[in-house]
Amino acid sequence: MITLTEVLTLSGLLFSIAVAGVFLNRKNVILLLMCIELMLLAVNFNFVAFSRFLGDINGQIFVFFILTVAAAEAAIGLAILVVLFRERRSIDVEDLDSLQG
Amino acid sequence: MMFETILFFAFSAVLVGAALGVVLARNPVYSALLLVVCFFNSAVIWLMLDAEFLGIVLVLVYVGAVMVLFLFVVMMLDVNLEELRKGLAGYWPIAAAVAGLMVFAILNVVITKRLGGIALHAAPPLPPGYSNTQALGEALFTRYAYPAQLAAVILLVASIAAIVLTLRHRTGVKPQNVGEQVRVSAKDRVRLVKMPSEKRP
Amino acid sequence: MESIYLTIVLAPLVAAILAGIGGRAIGRVGAQSVTILGVAISFALSALVLKRMVFDGAPTFDGPVYTWLVSDGVTMQVGFLIDHLSALMMVVVTFVSLMVHIYTIGYMHDDSGYQRFFSYISLFTFSMLMLVMANNFMQLFFGWEAVGVVSYLLIGFWYTRPSAIFASLKAFLVNRIGDFGFVLGIAAVLYYTGSLDYSTVFAHAHAIAAARLQITPTISWSAISFTCICLFIGAMGKSAQMPLHVWLPDSMEGPTPISALIHAATMVTAGIFMVARMSPLFELSNTALSTVLVIGATTSFFMGLLGVVANDIKRVIAYSTLSQLGYMTVALGASAYASAIFHLMTHAFFKALLFLAAGSVIIAMHHEQDMRKMGGLRKYLPITYWTFLIGSLALIGFPGTAGFFSKDALIEAVGRSQLPGAGYAYVCVTAGAFVTALYTFRMFFMTFHGEERMDHHTREHLHESPWVVTLPLVLLAIPSAVVGWFAIRPLLFGDFFAGSIQVAPTHDVLGAMGAEFHGPAAFLLGALGGLPVWLAAAGVACAWLFFLKRPQLADAAERRFQGLYRILVAKYGFDWFNDHVIAAGARRLGGGLWRFGDQDVIDGAMVNGSARTVGWFSSVMRNVQSGYLYHYAFAMILGLASLLMWLLWRT
Repeated sequence: MITLTEVLTLSGLLFSIAVAGVFLNRKNVILLLMCIELMLLAVNFNFVAFSRFLGDINGQIFVFFILTVAAAEAAIGLAILVVLFRERRSIDVEDLDSLQG
Repeated sequence: MMFETILFFAFSAVLVGAALGVVLARNPVYSALLLVVCFFNSAVIWLMLDAEFLGIVLVLVYVGAVMVLFLFVVMMLDVNLEELRKGLAGYWPIAAAVAGLMVFAILNVVITKRLGGIALHAAPPLPPGYSNTQALGEALFTRYAYPAQLAAVILLVASIAAIVLTLRHRTGVKPQNVGEQVRVSAKDRVRLVKMPSEKRP
Repeated sequence: MESIYLTIVLAPLVAAILAGIGGRAIGRVGAQSVTILGVAISFALSALVLKRMVFDGAPTFDGPVYTWLVSDGVTMQVGFLIDHLSALMMVVVTFVSLMVHIYTIGYMHDDSGYQRFFSYISLFTFSMLMLVMANNFMQLFFGWEAVGVVSYLLIGFWYTRPSAIFASLKAFLVNRIGDFGFVLGIAAVLYYTGSLDYSTVFAHAHAIAAARLQITPTISWSAISFTCICLFIGAMGKSAQMPLHVWLPDSMEGPTPISALIHAATMVTAGIFMVARMSPLFELSNTALSTVLVIGATTSFFMGLLGVVANDIKRVIAYSTLSQLGYMTVALGASAYASAIFHLMTHAFFKALLFLAAGSVIIAMHHEQDMRKMGGLRKYLPITYWTFLIGSLALIGFPGTAGFFSKDALIEAVGRSQLPGAGYAYVCVTAGAFVTALYTFRMFFMTFHGEERMDHHTREHLHESPWVVTLPLVLLAIPSAVVGWFAIRPLLFGDFFAGSIQVAPTHDVLGAMGAEFHGPAAFLLGALGGLPVWLAAAGVACAWLFFLKRPQLADAAERRFQGLYRILVAKYGFDWFNDHVIAAGARRLGGGLWRFGDQDVIDGAMVNGSARTVGWFSSVMRNVQSGYLYHYAFAMILGLASLLMWLLWRT
């Protein structure tokens, strides 16, 4: 039988790995997006686990909406990325410095 | 019951390993593919947590749509990987430190402090004839009907936005404008001019 | 009746507007005709009103003619209170004003601002009438300020002279100080009674008397004393009582007709009139009455002394005006309001006469005002000489003249007063009789008698002034000489002011005098044995001895009492004090506040300082805002980690 502690530990590990990924791949926008997906997955793990162990379906509804929004975010993020690459021929985050005053 | 636990640990190990691979892989294509592995493993674990619908949705939506999109973009863009890799190696200690800190904090909360006293060991038994999909559908289409509509609108907006962002007006192509061709009349095209005849010089 | 009152007020206003705005169109003759006509109508109707009130027994009129606004139960309106007091003032104001209008034709004949001048003096007549006819404090204040404005305009009439501009500003500023007190007084009245109407306020006077003004938890002032002293501060400014008198001598920079009209006969007496009008309030505060008494007495004696050393003929009369205003103020303080108003009336006649006669001398001398360059003018200016003599005799209180009756009754009333300070006041006004005679006849002898000290050119052109100048002199000389005979009984001892002036039984000095009054002739005979008359005679004799018979004696006295002489020439140092302490101090304070408060604190620290702080802060913050996505992501993750840590170790 799976316990809540185990699931939560798993999601914590996943989240931490994603955070480390943000640091390690800080120049590649695609990988940053992937790390964000990974973080969302960790969060979803928590929701599903708590929903199951509390016997409350509402947690899974949250997961549903998070998946929706994450899909939308990924679509727009990738679209922006494509436009960006078209403009600059690069997806290096260090080139994205036109916000700097 | 041991079998289930062993299964969970096995899938968990694969999941963590794949996640590490996502982060550490040299090639983004590998990263994307390893992320797909992550999602598959997650879906399995969710199934074990009796969340069948979400597990299937994760595979269908993420693996079937989002990850394909990622792979497509990664492969389409001609990214100079060496350039992106440069100078990142020195960052692993800080990444490890932050990640370690967070793991420590989370484990501290979950294991040592036992979630502040609400530690739950066993999942409550499911009622007979329980269907995860049915329960979710009942909640989604009754209490969450309006949020569901909103989510649909968000998806619509996102897809339109993605199309608008990536749409490119090509110069140099000459498409037909059928409507204009139909509307045109002879007066716009032909002009009758009266001129006096000219004498031969 | 209401239309008559409106006509009285509006006729000069219409004339002033016509002469002022349409002056160019109607010309010099048009301007003088329309203004004289306006004032003449006012005078005739005022005389009619007085006749109806006094001889036909018409009732007092008290009513609004126009409601300006009603705010929180306080009504502000234009209204008239026509009783014996205001009717008398109206006649005096319009009569003197009419005389001055006529006189101006001669005096200002060669001036380019002819129409403007007529417009101003008509406007002044309107303002003064609004002041005396008011039935509420708002209108009183309107008239009060309006006469102040016109006075400012007229002192600075010759606006190309720096001294005139300075004098007009000085008059305006000093009057502002007085007006500050006046406004506070009106505010106190409104606060305690909730009304601005005279009748309502006087009916509630006891409410003010019962109230206390809490300054600190342990100190409280009597509200009625505070109110009355504030009102009197206004009167001090307008009626030039020490120490707010400094503007009046300088106001002689204006043309002589307005010196006669505004700065001698009418406007400066507005303060006296106002205090008399407020008698129901002043009667309730012995403190205020004593203040009035002491300030008036000080002014009457010490300002008179200054007249002895002045050499400008108009300044001598100006100091005499100050001194006589002091007399009136003393009478107010002694609760002899009727006596003050009586003296106000006679003073209006003879002081206007003196000023206009001095003006006639000045015309003849080609605008030379220094008495040391005159002398022996008697044979050149006979009419001026005789009218000037009548005015001088009235001023010193020569038995039988108008000034004698008013002044002698006034001194006796002061002598009977029991208020604190009355003894000092009595000494001052009695000694003042001597001083008055001394400076008046010093001026008279220096101007009209003795050797001729003017230059040859001036002497050749000396001749009597035209009839427009001498006619007002004669018309003013008549009441100066005789009005006392008729007026003393009804005004002082009759019930002429019964409805207008209230006197508490314990203060009623005139009532006590009235018991011993047996007609003006008996009064005259009784006064002959009194001190003031003989002191005046001694003053005349001294003036004759020092300034006509043996002028070297005056020089010797000047050397002998050099310290005193210097103090007098410096006018007790009031001007020095104002210039060097108040004005310079205010300038230094302002400069300091400007340099430190405005430039350093507000501009430097607050305005530029805050901008600089924001600039510095943002220049620091700019380094944080690198624009790189991963910096922001890093900050977010650090924030997340620290939040987690905080959650962890919170308990």
